[in-house]
Amino acid sequence: MYNLIIFLPLIGAVLSWILGNRFSSIPTYIVSISCLFLSMIISWIAFYDIAILKNNFEGASLPWINSGEFRALWEFNFDTLSCVMFLVVNTVSAMVHLYSVGYMSHDKSKARFMAYLSFFTFAMLMLVSSNNLLQLFFGWEGVGVASYLLIGFWYNKKSATSAAVKAFLVNRVGDLGFILGLIFVYTYFDTIMFERIFELAPSMMDVSIIVFDNKFNVIELSCFLLFIGAMGKSAQLFLHTWLPDAMEGPTPVSALIHAATMVTAGVFMVCKLSPLFEYAPNVLTFITLIGALTALFASTIALTQFDIKRVIAYSTCSQLGYMFFAVGLSAYPAAMFHLTTHAFFKALLFLGAGSVIHGLSNEQDMRKMGGCFKKLPVTYILIWIGSLALAGIPFFAGYYSKDMILEVAFASDSQIGYFAFICGCLAAVLTAFYSWRLIYLTFHGDFKGNKSTYDKIHESPLVMLLPLFILAFGAVFSGWFFKEMFIGVNWDYFWSNSIFILTGNDAIYKAHSVPKWVKLLPIVLAIIGISIATVFYVLIPDLPSRVSKAFRVLYTLFYNKWYFDEIYNYLFVKPIKKFSVFCWNIIDKKIIDGMGPNGISSKVFSLSKISSKIHTGYVYHYSFSMFIGLALLTLILLYNLQVK
Amino acid sequence: MIENWPILSILIFLPIFGALLILLIPSKIDQEGKILKNSITNIKLVSLWTSIMTFLMTLLLSLKFNYTEKQYQFLEFYEWVPSLGIVYRVGLDGLSLPFILLTAFLVPICILCSWNTIQHKIKEFMISFLILEAFIIGMFSALDIVVFYIFFEAVLIPMFLIIGIWGGVERIYASFKFFLYTLLGSVLMLIAIIYIIDTTGTSDLIQVLDYDFSKTEQLLLFLGFFFSFAVKVPMWPFHTWLPDAHVQAPTAGSIILAGILLKMGGYGFLRFSLPLFPDASLFYQPYIFFLSCVAIVYTSFVAFAQQDIKKLIAYSSVAHMGFVTIGIFCFNTQGLDGAVFQMVSHGIISGALFLAIGVIYERTHTRDINKLGDFATTMPKYSVFLMFFTLGSVGLPGTSGFIGEVLVLIGSWKVNPLVAIISGLSLILGAIYMLRFYRKISFGISENQDKYEIHDVNIREFMILIPLVMFIILFGIFPNIVLNFLKVPHFLVLETFK
Repeated sequence: MYNLIIFLPLIGAVLSWILGNRFSSIPTYIVSISCLFLSMIISWIAFYDIAILKNNFEGASLPWINSGEFRALWEFNFDTLSCVMFLVVNTVSAMVHLYSVGYMSHDKSKARFMAYLSFFTFAMLMLVSSNNLLQLFFGWEGVGVASYLLIGFWYNKKSATSAAVKAFLVNRVGDLGFILGLIFVYTYFDTIMFERIFELAPSMMDVSIIVFDNKFNVIELSCFLLFIGAMGKSAQLFLHTWLPDAMEGPTPVSALIHAATMVTAGVFMVCKLSPLFEYAPNVLTFITLIGALTALFASTIALTQFDIKRVIAYSTCSQLGYMFFAVGLSAYPAAMFHLTTHAFFKALLFLGAGSVIHGLSNEQDMRKMGGCFKKLPVTYILIWIGSLALAGIPFFAGYYSKDMILEVAFASDSQIGYFAFICGCLAAVLTAFYSWRLIYLTFHGDFKGNKSTYDKIHESPLVMLLPLFILAFGAVFSGWFFKEMFIGVNWDYFWSNSIFILTGNDAIYKAHSVPKWVKLLPIVLAIIGISIATVFYVLIPDLPSRVSKAFRVLYTLFYNKWYFDEIYNYLFVKPIKKFSVFCWNIIDKKIIDGMGPNGISSKVFSLSKISSKIHTGYVYHYSFSMFIGLALLTLILLYNLQVK
Repeated sequence: MIENWPILSILIFLPIFGALLILLIPSKIDQEGKILKNSITNIKLVSLWTSIMTFLMTLLLSLKFNYTEKQYQFLEFYEWVPSLGIVYRVGLDGLSLPFILLTAFLVPICILCSWNTIQHKIKEFMISFLILEAFIIGMFSALDIVVFYIFFEAVLIPMFLIIGIWGGVERIYASFKFFLYTLLGSVLMLIAIIYIIDTTGTSDLIQVLDYDFSKTEQLLLFLGFFFSFAVKVPMWPFHTWLPDAHVQAPTAGSIILAGILLKMGGYGFLRFSLPLFPDASLFYQPYIFFLSCVAIVYTSFVAFAQQDIKKLIAYSSVAHMGFVTIGIFCFNTQGLDGAVFQMVSHGIISGALFLAIGVIYERTHTRDINKLGDFATTMPKYSVFLMFFTLGSVGLPGTSGFIGEVLVLIGSWKVNPLVAIISGLSLILGAIYMLRFYRKISFGISENQDKYEIHDVNIREFMILIPLVMFIILFGIFPNIVLNFLKVPHFLVLETFK
C-alpha cells in the first residue's frame, strides 16, 4: 500500500492534465488535491508504522536496465530516512497544492500548473525512495525538469524563461558531477545498489587509483563527484546562481521546490549515502567548508536585496549551508532535523510572501510596500511566526534545529568545526537582521507605492490561509515534536540503519554537553540581529542609507550578489557563444567544407578551365603546337645521335 | 509448413511488391494538369497499407525470434555467382532485428507525415519510399558481403531522388555533397571487398568470419570499410554533408535519413569491422575515441550557433552518434549495448524532432529560429510533444535517450575515464543548445506570427506523434525490451576479442 505514496501524485498529474484539457478547472483541482492529500495521509501512516514502530515494508521492484553485469532496478525503499522525507515532501506539497487554488485563480492554465506540481512531487518521491544511485538520478533529473517547467511557467516573460534555462543548465553542471560519481562508484564497487555499496565501503577505504600521476582515494573521489551534484541541486556556493533567479516562477513553486523540498535533495543524498561519505574525511571537510561559506555568503546578499522573494531565496541558500556543514561534521540527524523544520517555516515564509504579493497585485519590490499590517493582519502574524522560527527564537521550530547545528559545530572540536561555528554565528545575526528588515519594510512604516494599489490590498482567501495555518502549526511545533526522535538521546534507534556515523566522528554525541554559553549564544545572536533591524528600520529610519554610504564598497558587493553572474557571464557564457560561432563559420564552413567537397569541386572546376583553354578551335593554334612538338622530337633525336 | 517459407525474403520484397501495385494505379491527368484525386488517395492508401503490413510482419518475426539462439535465424541461402563465391544469404540475429523493427516502424510514420505535404509526383514519391524501405531491410538482413554492399549502396539511390526531387531550394548542392562523401567511402569499401573475395574465395559472411586476416591486412581492410561507415555515421570530420542533406530533404526524407541511414554506419561497424578485424579495431580505438570526442563537443558548439532549426537537429545528431562510435569501440557489453540502444533511441527521437519541425514548417514556411516563437500559446498540444522530444534529446532519465548515453559512459569509463568525462560534457552542452531551441520556438514572441494561420496539431499529426512519445518513454522505463535482443550478438562479438 505504501507504494501508493509515490504513484498517487503521478496519477494526479496525468489525470489533472487530461481533465484540464477537457473540462473546467474544478475537476482538476479535485483530482490533484485529493491524490496529494491521500498520499500525505498514507505517508503519515507510513511514518508512524515504519519510522516509529519499526515495522518493515518491502517496496515494489522491477528490472530497469540489464546490460551484462550492470543491473539497475526500479525499486522503492522504505526506511526511516525516506519516511521522514515522504512526510516532509507530501505535507508541504499538499499544502502548496491547496494554496495554489487561491493563488493561481486568475491564471489561464491552472491544469498545467497543478499537473507540473504533482509531477514534481512524484519525481521528488522517486528520488527519496530510491534504492540505487541510478533511480536516485532519475528523481534528481526529474525534479530538475519540473523545476525548469515551473520556473518558466509564465513563458511569455523573458526573464522567467531565461531563469528556467539557467536553473536547468547550472543544475546540469552538478548533474554531470553526479553521473560521473555514479559511474565511478560502479567501476570500483561493481554495483549501484546502496546496500552493496555500503557493505563494501569499509573494505574499499584504502583503495586508491592513479590519475594523471596523482593518487586519489576511490571513496574520496566518488564522494567528491557526487557532492558536486549536491552543490548544484542545493544551490551551494559557486553553483548557487540559479536559485535567486528561480524566483521568477509562481510563488507556490518557490515555496515547494526552491525552499522546502527540491533544494534539500542534496542534503538528503549525502545523508542517504552517509555510510559512504563517512569514509571520505577530506570530502566531509570540504562539505563543511562549502556549507559554512554558503551560510555566511548568502546571508550577506540577503541583507541588501529589495525583492521580497529574493531575500527569502538567499535565506534558503544560507540555511542549506547550515545543513551542509552539519552534514560535513557527520551530524546527519541534525541536518535532517533542520531540513524538516526548515521545510515548514520556509514554506510558510514563502507562502506568506506570496500572500503579500497576491494582496498587492503582484508587487514584489519591498521599496513599494510598507504599512501593510493593517490590511493583511493574518499574513502579518504568519510571517512573524515564520521569521521567529527562522531566526531561532526559543520554542519555535528553527530554535531546536539551528541550535543543535551550532552546538555540533562547536563540539566537533576541530579547526573546520570552529570555522563553521563562527560562520554560523555571524549568519545567525544576519538572518535575524534581514528577516526583521523584511517585516519592517513590508508591514511597517508608510505605504510607498501607489495610493490606488493601497486601496486594493486585500487579505487572501481562506483557501490560501488554511495551508498557511497548517504550516505555521508546523513552524511552531515541529521542532518540539521531532526533537526527541531526531536528535534525542535515542537518535540512533530512530534512524536505525538509514544513517551511519563512523565511531570517532562523535560531534553529535558531544553536542549535548557543550558549555552553557554556546547553548545560549544563538538566542542572544538572534536578539541582537532583531534589535539592530529595529534600530535601523524603525527607530532611526535614515540609518540604512547612511550605513550603506559609509560602507559603499561592501554594500555594492553585496547588492550585486558578489558579481557572480557577471563573472560567470564573462568566463563561460560569452566564450561559449563566441566559440560556437567560430566553430561553425571558420572550422565547419571554411576548413572542412573548403578543403573537402567544395575544395575538390572547385579544384576540378579550375583544372578543367585550364585544360579547356588549350582547345581553342583555331587551325593555326593546332598546327603551331604540332610544329613545336615536331621540333622537340627532332631535337631529342639529334641529341641522342650525338651521344652515340 | 510456414516454417519453410522464405519469410525474410518476403519481408524484403513486400514493399517492392507494393511499389509495383502503385505503378499499376492509373494516374490520369485532368484539365488542370493534376492527377485525379481518386487515384491519389489510392496511391497513398496502398503505400500506407504496404508499410503497415511490413511492420506487422516484422512484429511477427520478432515474436518468433529466439533470444537465446546463437545462430542466425530465418536463414535463407541461394547460390548466386558461384565462380566468385557470392551467395544470396539473408538471416537475422539480435543485432539486425531492432533496426528492422525501427525501419518498419518509421516508414508508415513517414508516409503519414507526407500525406498532404508532397503535392507533386506523389506516385513517384511513394514508390521511391517503398523501394527505399525494401533496400534498407535487405541491407540489415544481408549476410553476404556483396549482397550487403549492393543494398548498402542501393539505399542511396531512392534517397538521392527524395532529396533531389522533393527537396528544398538548394537540393542539387546537397545531393551533390552527399554523393561526393559517399563515393569516397564506397570506392574504398569495394576495393576491400574485392580483396576479401580474392583471398578467402567467398563473400559469405559466415565463412569469412572463420578466416583469420593478418595484422597488416586487417589494418588496411579496416580502413577500407571505415570511410564508408564513418561517412554514414557521420563521424567528424566527414559530417558536413548531413546538415545540408537534412535541410534540403523533405520531412519524411529527414526522418529516414536521421532515423535509419545514419545507423547503417554503426551497424556496419558492429557487423563487419569488429568481428572481421578485431586486431585492427583495437589498434584504431584511440583514434576513433578522439574523433568521437571531437564530434560530441565540437558539433554541440556548432549546433548552438545554428539559426536553421533543421541544421541544429542535424548537428545534434552528429553529437549523439559520437556516443555510438565511442560505445562500439569500448569492446565491452555496456558500451556495445549502449551504442545500439543509442542508435535505436536516436532513431526515434531525431525522427520525432524532424517530424515536429515539419509540422511547424508546414504552417509557417520558415525554419529560422529567430522568426519562430510562442508556440506554447498558439499550439499548446504541439509544444507538449516538442517538450518530450527535447527532453529525450538531452537524455533525461526516464526517456530512451538516457539509457544509451549512460551505458556508453559506463562502458567508456572502464576503457578510458577521460573519454567518459569529455563525452559526459554533452550532458551540459546538449542541454545548452536544445533548451535554446525549445525556448526560442515555444516561448518568446514570434515576428511574423500574424502572417500565417496557425492551428494546433490535427488528428493525423496527433496519431503520428503519440506513438513516438510512447516509445520514447517506454524504452526509457523498460529498456530491456531492446537490450534483450542484444545479449547474444554482443556476447559473440566480444568473444572474438578474447
